[in-house]
Amino acid sequence: MRSICFYFQVHQPFRLKTYRFFDIGANHHYFDEYRNRYIMRRIADKCYLPMNKLLLDLIKEYGSAFKVSFSLSGTVIDQFERYAPDVLESYIKLAETGCVEFLAETYSHSLSSLKSEQEFNRQVASQVEMVTRYFKKVPTTFRNTELIYSDDIGAMVAKMGYKTMLTEGAKHIMGWKSPNYLYCNAINPNLKLLLKNFRLSDDIAFRFSQQSWNGWPLTTEKFVNWIQDIDSDQETINLFMDYETFGEHQWPETGIFEFMKALPAAVFARSNYGFYTPAELSEKLQPRAAVYVPNPISWADEERDLTAWLGNDLQDDAFNKLYDLEYLVKETADQQLQLDWKYLQTSDHFYYMCTKWFSDGDVHKYFNPFNSPYEAYINYMNILSDFIIRLKDMHPVNRVEIQDQQPPQPVSGDEKNIKTRKAAVKSAAKKSGSTGTNKTPKTAQATKTAQKPLNTASKNKSPKIARINLKDVLMMKKTDLNKLVKDIDLKTLYFAMAGADNKVKKTIITHLGKLQLKSYNKLFAENLPVSDSDVEKAQKVLVSKIKKLIS
Amino acid sequence: MFGWEFPPHITGGLGTACFGLTKGLLKNGVEVLFVVPRSYGDEDQQAVRLINASDVNIDFTNKLYQEYWKQLTYIEIGSNLIPYVGEEEFQKMTAVNTVDKTEEHSSVFSKQYTFSGKYGKNLMEEVTRYALVASTIAGSQQFDVIHAHDWLTYPAGIAAKKVSGKPLVVHMHATEFDRSGDNINQNVYDIERKGMEIADAVITVSNFTRDIVINKYGINPDKVFTVHNAVEHNTGETDLVIERNVKEKVVTFLGRITFQKGPDYFVEAAKRVLDKDKNVRFVMAGSGDMLNRMILRVAQLGISTHFHFTGFLQGAEVDKMFLLSDVYVMPSVSEPFGISPLEAMRSNVPVVISKQSGVSEVLKYALKIDFWDIDAMADAIYGLLHYDALSVMFRKYGKEEVENLKWESASSKIRDVYNKVVFKN
Repeated sequence: MRSICFYFQVHQPFRLKTYRFFDIGANHHYFDEYRNRYIMRRIADKCYLPMNKLLLDLIKEYGSAFKVSFSLSGTVIDQFERYAPDVLESYIKLAETGCVEFLAETYSHSLSSLKSEQEFNRQVASQVEMVTRYFKKVPTTFRNTELIYSDDIGAMVAKMGYKTMLTEGAKHIMGWKSPNYLYCNAINPNLKLLLKNFRLSDDIAFRFSQQSWNGWPLTTEKFVNWIQDIDSDQETINLFMDYETFGEHQWPETGIFEFMKALPAAVFARSNYGFYTPAELSEKLQPRAAVYVPNPISWADEERDLTAWLGNDLQDDAFNKLYDLEYLVKETADQQLQLDWKYLQTSDHFYYMCTKWFSDGDVHKYFNPFNSPYEAYINYMNILSDFIIRLKDMHPVNRVEIQDQQPPQPVSGDEKNIKTRKAAVKSAAKKSGSTGTNKTPKTAQATKTAQKPLNTASKNKSPKIARINLKDVLMMKKTDLNKLVKDIDLKTLYFAMAGADNKVKKTIITHLGKLQLKSYNKLFAENLPVSDSDVEKAQKVLVSKIKKLIS
Repeated sequence: MFGWEFPPHITGGLGTACFGLTKGLLKNGVEVLFVVPRSYGDEDQQAVRLINASDVNIDFTNKLYQEYWKQLTYIEIGSNLIPYVGEEEFQKMTAVNTVDKTEEHSSVFSKQYTFSGKYGKNLMEEVTRYALVASTIAGSQQFDVIHAHDWLTYPAGIAAKKVSGKPLVVHMHATEFDRSGDNINQNVYDIERKGMEIADAVITVSNFTRDIVINKYGINPDKVFTVHNAVEHNTGETDLVIERNVKEKVVTFLGRITFQKGPDYFVEAAKRVLDKDKNVRFVMAGSGDMLNRMILRVAQLGISTHFHFTGFLQGAEVDKMFLLSDVYVMPSVSEPFGISPLEAMRSNVPVVISKQSGVSEVLKYALKIDFWDIDAMADAIYGLLHYDALSVMFRKYGKEEVENLKWESASSKIRDVYNKVVFKN
């Protein structure tokens, strides 16, 4: 039997309230309680509740022959808890039938998979914890925000232990290939891929009520004829869509509920299709081939790329500034900061900053609280500015220019390797002469601290002087560090730290004496301007000191 | 074409617009005969032939003119009202009482009448006389369409139409509602409405104005066409190099300091920004009847060390002001079009404009706020000053956007309107 695989995305963001710049530092409530509650209640009544009931009835009627799958973002579950416990209740009922699969995704429907593997993993873990808690089953299938996918993201997902992942059957990656088979990831073939049949999915999700469309009006009869006409060796029709399609994007008057109600009967009576969940399909079918997706795709717009969320100056700036804070956020134990950080990552915030003004923007405009992408950006940045102030206050020792902080490099295992480094130095030094691969000389260079001038190694990485990492202090003994800071000129230190990365800063600054720390913080309070040449000079002084101490 | 002013002798956007428009029309193969009340001799005549209404002899023995004069006398009633005082006029009025009066040779029936060509006290009288001259010109020149800019020239346009029988197009650059809010000058309103009623077509500079024309003047929508203004393009790079003497960021308001331009909202927004960030300076450039009140308000709010008044700026001074600015704000209460934001963007200055402006219909790379929403205005200013990605984006695309607003294409739309009215009959 061939299969129809229904997957519904359920997500609501925590929309930000109008947050003026004069609220910065004064008001730490970022979210529009009223609007979020209002929209949640409206959609609950128009879509979630009636549609969940419809699905539950269908499952009761057809037993295990009718199945669907959902992914619920952590933020939407948070909102159910707060504003619509009745919806959560109805999902639990659906889960109890055993005919509904719940998928894993990021907690805040975020774009973290594009930026930080660590944060990506954390987000998935907390969403999975939540889903498991409510629906009593650990997800085995993964669905990334807006079906965003690339070979690398797939590999990360496989590493987390997921067997199956959903994504878009985008034309530009599929070419002549049909999305109606099971595929696998190009890096790790253990991860199976189910691809959205975008034509049939969008027939329901977007075109259902479009009178100018030649398929209108769409009846179950017509739909079953279409899928029956598909080559008989094609195995699965993956119908992936926003759950809000039912009752919200397509109003009840369009007949969308009736269509769904009648669909199973029509399918069973007049076709050789059945309904399956993604997990079942990944057991049932054999992957036909690997799909190569070097650049991330999504299910949005004609382009099926990321340009709805990232790419213009505003989006990139906000996105980078947000993730520059990752390291600091993880250092803090403050629960509220952690939660705000999660909610601020929600992809919708970046969607509101999109300047494409495309046609399917209409779907989102309906929910977009801002009049223009610029307002969305300014509002977001006001909030982020306040968030940064709060973070700063949490880190009295780290009173550094957070804005200029270097984003933590997820790939470099430097920190982890510190302990094993010394052992590695010898072998690496040996190897570097002969093998000449890219990796070994770098490690060798970075670790051969005593002999080589420090900054040349890091200079190779980034040409900008201000970015020199004084990483070697991380390997220094406590006593050496105490010696290093003992009679250091604080102004020099201040300049040197302006270009150093955060770990280095912390290491050095925690070793400062009380009086030193006081005057150091004073320098910060004065907000002394720092030029690149200042940084370079100061770091040279520091580096020569370090050199002496180590040798 | 009947205008009231022509560069370089301008008091507002009208002269600039007329100049760009006539040049654009020329490129579209339309020949323009431009009539101004008074020419100084140094006007740029590369695109048009300028006719100085002051040089035209009127033969009042002609019956037709006498008849027309009779019809028009009623306009003179209440001519003491000053509906629109130009900056130049204002300055002179506040300084010494001036030369700037129409030189009346003897009476209305003198053969030559020297117009002051300014918006001033005897405006109504001048408007009427201008109409008289117009009918003379209409009788002696060859043309296909009459095009009259703003109410001052409508009587002239009407007169010319009567004499020549040619179709009349009136161009609404501003309505009385824009100038005076709801306390309109009934005479002006009547002239505007009559002009539009008699006209074969009405051109409005924005849909914003078109709505006013249809809703408040009751003009048949079928003959009202929107043609957005454009902006004159700098030929060659500006060689102005400005040394900035202040290290603070500069936020600028530039325009007549009158009710219509919303200067008071700018002052209030400045206060809000300065409460949070002292590293900003606000500049209000221009003059007008609300200037003193603004100075007083700035003093009241205690922000005078960061809020500066420049007085009326012209020509190179304006360019200089833009070069010094980091943000340009146009908080107009009611702005039919508003060309100054385009000039700012052309100088790479990001702009905040009110939604109650025609220019907001054509711009994408601008922040749009309601003129009364001081918080939003302050927030927009603060955002542009502090979040670089926004100003970077505006600078990157704004200039290009403005450069795509060409008078040539605006004029081609006007030519289409001409064709409609000429070939209708």
